[in-house]
Amino acid sequence: MALLEIKDLDVGFDTAEGEVHAVNHLSFSIDAGDTLGLVGESGSGKTQSVMAILGLLAENGHVNGQALFKGKDLLQMTATELNQHRGHEIAMIFQDPMTSLNPYLRLDVQMTEVVMHHQGMKKAEARAKAVEMLRAVHIPDPERIIRQYPHELSGGMRQKVMVATGLLSEPELLIADEPTAALDVTVQVQVTHLMGALREKSNAAIILISHDLGIVAGICDRVMVMYAGEAVECGSVEQIYYDPKHPYTKGLLNSVPRLDRPEETELEAIPGNPPNLLTLPGGCKFRDRCPKAFEACSEKPPMQVTEDRHAFRCFLGAPS
Amino acid sequence: MRVQDLAVHFKLREGGLLGSKVHTIKAVDGVSFDLDAGETLGIVGESGCGKSTLARALLALVKPSRGRVLWLGEDLNKLDDEDLRKKRLDMQIVFQDPLAALNPRMTVRDIIAEPLWTFFPKIARVQVDERVRGVMKMVGLLPNQKNRYPHEFSAGQCQRIGIARALILNPKLVVCDEPVSALDVSIQAQIVNLLKDLQKKLNLSLVFIAHDLSVVKHISDRVMVMYLGRAMELSSRDRLYKVPLHPYTSALIKAVPVPDPQLARAAVDRGLTGDMPSPLNPPPGCVFHSRCPFLIKRCQMEVPALRRMENGDWVACHRAEELDLSIGKSG
Repeated sequence: MALLEIKDLDVGFDTAEGEVHAVNHLSFSIDAGDTLGLVGESGSGKTQSVMAILGLLAENGHVNGQALFKGKDLLQMTATELNQHRGHEIAMIFQDPMTSLNPYLRLDVQMTEVVMHHQGMKKAEARAKAVEMLRAVHIPDPERIIRQYPHELSGGMRQKVMVATGLLSEPELLIADEPTAALDVTVQVQVTHLMGALREKSNAAIILISHDLGIVAGICDRVMVMYAGEAVECGSVEQIYYDPKHPYTKGLLNSVPRLDRPEETELEAIPGNPPNLLTLPGGCKFRDRCPKAFEACSEKPPMQVTEDRHAFRCFLGAPS
Repeated sequence: MRVQDLAVHFKLREGGLLGSKVHTIKAVDGVSFDLDAGETLGIVGESGCGKSTLARALLALVKPSRGRVLWLGEDLNKLDDEDLRKKRLDMQIVFQDPLAALNPRMTVRDIIAEPLWTFFPKIARVQVDERVRGVMKMVGLLPNQKNRYPHEFSAGQCQRIGIARALILNPKLVVCDEPVSALDVSIQAQIVNLLKDLQKKLNLSLVFIAHDLSVVKHISDRVMVMYLGRAMELSSRDRLYKVPLHPYTSALIKAVPVPDPQLARAAVDRGLTGDMPSPLNPPPGCVFHSRCPFLIKRCQMEVPALRRMENGDWVACHRAEELDLSIGKSG
């Protein structure tokens, strides 16, 4: 059984202008020890799909479908039931370390809260563990840092604190939403190494949300590419990076400026802009920007799956 | 443009009524370079290295504490306000956050035309409309959208509006401060290609500031690497990415994740340890010595000057001659 299985997830938001369809018919699963990368541009539904799974949608949001964590549907749970899993078996590292740490609380208080509550740890024990974890994420002088408030730390340090807090409860599933976006490259490397170490140590499953295809290439086993709230392609990292089937995936890969390519190669931009989620077109959502669109694309393409689990939502590229 | 030993220091007061201490933050400290007509200079560095302050100092938007910015031989900071204003006709800036840089209550036409009204208050309406139509086309916007407001555009289009506004006065120099870092990759590529095209077409001098080394590589002729307010290296683009001279440059290059699973996994030991030191209290000697893997005693005592190497590139490192930092094919 998969550790987490998402079936037919829909997320919508009621707004003054109408319903925003943030996530549409999303299905995927992840096993223990696996690292799944969710990639796509802003507004493609990466963050909202995991927020929905964790019951963290904004007030005007609503969700349909199933999210089975070890066989139990997270979407049917009450907040109290969810809290037995959230922060304990499932941990989340939020996108913005500046706003997700509580400015009024010292780090030791916010870091140890989770383990004291869920694992019944004594304060001293939890604190010692937190210090140890801060040391593991290469924060210098952790005994002193843990007594400080978030505003006393740099952005990089705060992000490392977020990672350390996420890892503290030794979750079975770690969801990391752009854990490195706010960081300088030299610190990014340090943080990705940490997540790799967690997987090796405790066989945790990791869902990594990122728009940075370089980071995803480095630590993920499987990758799901999202566009306008849908999965358009899903496969192993090798399948996605070396043999992309969907024109959007190809476009995304070609538009990344790369240091390992000659300077003079022109960047291939994807023309146009992502569609408005209020008025999604029927058929293939990418067809207005797709260089290969043809008549059939006005119908919605089904997800095709090859024998070696490479799935893509496009009429082209089907095995002949 | 010629920049000589430019420094921008900020004063920061700390403490209460009695015995308050004044700290000096050296946001930019002793930066020099020349920029030719039609040349693109990339400036890279991590957050807090002084890139943006340098950008503002280049346009005389902040007063330097030391040094000079010469524009066609004239020191910008010696000019009176009226003369400086005239010089600004030639120099424009594109900001990082495209939405925040546009007034939400003005139409696109008014935003783009504003520099024209400012410099030529008596200009005829017809002329303005014609110019606006011209630059909108040039940056890939539809002229019939000129009466819309910024919120009706996507981030990429807003950045195009920002570029159109910068170009309407036919400047000679455009300073772009992180123009693409807020954009998605597919859109980022559109804007980088656009800037590259415009630069060629209009023979602009471009200062392109970014934290992303790979973007800078695509657009620059020469690249300057900054760390804690100082220039570490200033090299031609082709050499910098193959044979960096400064250990910091090499560390930065190696830290950039490559979107290729095999290469990304092969690069095991990369990157620096630790954070950048506080600019309030920079280390003595070479500012990079606390993170440098090639540290010797001299680095802790003596500030290395930015000096010219035989091949014409500039570097601030005591050991530049002896270190071989070439980036392998897998880098």
